[in-house]
Amino acid sequence: MKLLVKGGTVIDPANKLYQVADIFVSNGKISAVGQDIREIGAEVINAKGKLVMPGLIDMHVHLREPGLEAKETIATGTRAAAMGGFTGVACMPNTKPVVDNRALVEFVKTRAESGGVVNVYPIGAITKCSEGAELAEIGDMKQAGAVAVSDDGHPVMNAQVMRLAMQYARMFDLPVISHCEDLNLVAEGVMHEGYYSTVYGLKGITPAAEEIMVARDIMLAELTGARVHIAHVSTAGSVELIRMAKKKGIKVTAEATPHHFTLTDEAVGGYDTSTKVNPPLRDAVDVRAVKEGLRDGTIDVIATDHAPHTSEEKDVEYNYAPFGMVGLETAVGLAFKELVAPGILSVEELVRKMSCNPARILCLDKGRLDIGADADITIVDPELKETVDVNKFVSKGKNSPFDGWELSGLPVVTIVGGRIVMRDRRLIV
Amino acid sequence: MGLNRKDLLGMKDLTAEEIQLILETAEPMKDILRRQIKKVPALRGKVVINLFYEPSTRTRTSFELAGKYMSADTINISTSTSSVVKGETLKDTAKTLEVMGADVVVIRHSAAGAPHILAKHLSVSVINAGDGFHEHPTQALLDMFTIKEKKGRIRGLRIAIVGDILHSRVARSNIWGLTRMGAEVRVIGPSTLIPPDIEKLGVTAYTSPEEGLRDADIIMVLRIQLERQQKGLFPTIREYARLFSLTPERVKLARPDVIIMHPGPMNRGVEIAPEMADCVQSVINEQVTNGVAVRMALLYLLAGGGNPHETVG
Repeated sequence: MKLLVKGGTVIDPANKLYQVADIFVSNGKISAVGQDIREIGAEVINAKGKLVMPGLIDMHVHLREPGLEAKETIATGTRAAAMGGFTGVACMPNTKPVVDNRALVEFVKTRAESGGVVNVYPIGAITKCSEGAELAEIGDMKQAGAVAVSDDGHPVMNAQVMRLAMQYARMFDLPVISHCEDLNLVAEGVMHEGYYSTVYGLKGITPAAEEIMVARDIMLAELTGARVHIAHVSTAGSVELIRMAKKKGIKVTAEATPHHFTLTDEAVGGYDTSTKVNPPLRDAVDVRAVKEGLRDGTIDVIATDHAPHTSEEKDVEYNYAPFGMVGLETAVGLAFKELVAPGILSVEELVRKMSCNPARILCLDKGRLDIGADADITIVDPELKETVDVNKFVSKGKNSPFDGWELSGLPVVTIVGGRIVMRDRRLIV
Repeated sequence: MGLNRKDLLGMKDLTAEEIQLILETAEPMKDILRRQIKKVPALRGKVVINLFYEPSTRTRTSFELAGKYMSADTINISTSTSSVVKGETLKDTAKTLEVMGADVVVIRHSAAGAPHILAKHLSVSVINAGDGFHEHPTQALLDMFTIKEKKGRIRGLRIAIVGDILHSRVARSNIWGLTRMGAEVRVIGPSTLIPPDIEKLGVTAYTSPEEGLRDADIIMVLRIQLERQQKGLFPTIREYARLFSLTPERVKLARPDVIIMHPGPMNRGVEIAPEMADCVQSVINEQVTNGVAVRMALLYLLAGGGNPHETVG
């Protein structure tokens, strides 16, 4: 099958390309990038006025399979990714059972190949059952295709276990993705600790609960020489710690979610449980700091922490609802609204944070439009406006506080390995 | 004129005019309580459901009597566990009550925001009878009614709230209501029980009762729960009592005509010295009576409509 993406503005930071060009795709690979390419028999995608970029990669997604299929499956989650302009997702291991061995990594890969529509990169657990006690078979999982290890959702509280995990993972050059949260400090908190937790009468989570663990893991990264990636950075203090660590040359990278750069803790006001996320929505100072961290390069990656839940789990009292919101289908629109439109990030920088950098951190041969590379391409219409309607989400999870928001700057085509999986805001798989 | 709102979820959103209306409406209600036959037909044919997910004697009985004195049919649903533990969502419980024909649902719940969920899904009135650490608006209204009765005004009074401010819905509701009506509010407690940014609510925070009680017109003492000590928020009940208990010596720091309030139930000898609970300045029992009057007024304003004096008189 041949594809010709015509007349779009091609943004390929890896090749320092930012210009109107055509891209010719054949046999799933990029075979030419240039001016006025003519190919008889190729399916033409008119990209005039649109932004053509290497396929976006979301390195923090919960696909919920195996075991939690009522929330999401690999089939529905990868379709939501395609709708959101993502050609690849890295999925967290906190499923039932936890992905902590080769068989489960292989299961995820097999399910992704048979039922998924975008690339799926499994992340293995750091410790067996993510219990924070004994290391999981990290080497075996790496050989089976795991791209990183993480006990996301269950912070490794024991510093010695984390240190050993880093020392061990370094042997395989696997990044350790750390969900930074001191559970003793969290102490049953459900939202950011501050003025609004006082007003809403909910238990607060101090920023220190995150920052103490960020500081610890930075020190352990320095000690072990391992690559540490800080998941979902939410506080000004964390941004500052990571900034200092990078200056010292410590191998630390970081991500921020669209909800943490868009919403503040004030959004918890109506007790809408879709605002209950971990780490919690922080205050305006933190949101500004996260944006500044994205702008100055302290934060390398935009990742969604897409965390679907069922309505019966979320339609309850705020204290009892599980943490998490979906993000795949609103990420690009929110990034354009909050970062590109106000001039915090250029489109090129956005492409780095949503494609090049996640590919680099996970050691994927992706995130670039080289000749011969896999034809993973995302096309965004910067002018297209759409009102978010959670009931139209492809994801099983409807838990989004952005319902009813008007977003502009939306993915209009998703191409995975030369195959169009989304076109004109419709799935075609 | 009635209240121009479906629900009473908190003091934060009430205007001074609305508070005024509720307090004024409670006055004739209190007269009814003094009669030999304490019953008026104002809410005949109306159904008030008390949905209590948390143990309560005072507030539940107060709402029940308020409904009964107004001739409403009142039903109590008490459950020691949350709807989630029972396997039914609060939303489903709410719908069930609505289709049974409730006119007012009074809810007490340990989770902040539970009344808001109910209000969102119900077309009938919802009254918050205490949600988590969030609000307890009827307690604040009865406290304000009591203050007004004793002092003739709220504006300009210096009111000290002593105790576990962090976990207190009574403190939050009183702070919103009293500051809106022009009082000067101070909160006093150990630093581990003062919530973050509390001063942004327009109060002054003190960790020393010796400073905070000085020249107070009103002292409100809050209940200390044993559980807080178990969570390490202060070392011992003994130390708490030594540092914060309302003793006769500490009361002397306040104005000579100070009145002492407590929302109950009291831990005598912990947050309040027994002799202070029973002294002439204590209005703790009157608070309870006034609670019934204020709740009658609220039920009337939310479910009754019409002119209270016509129907009630």
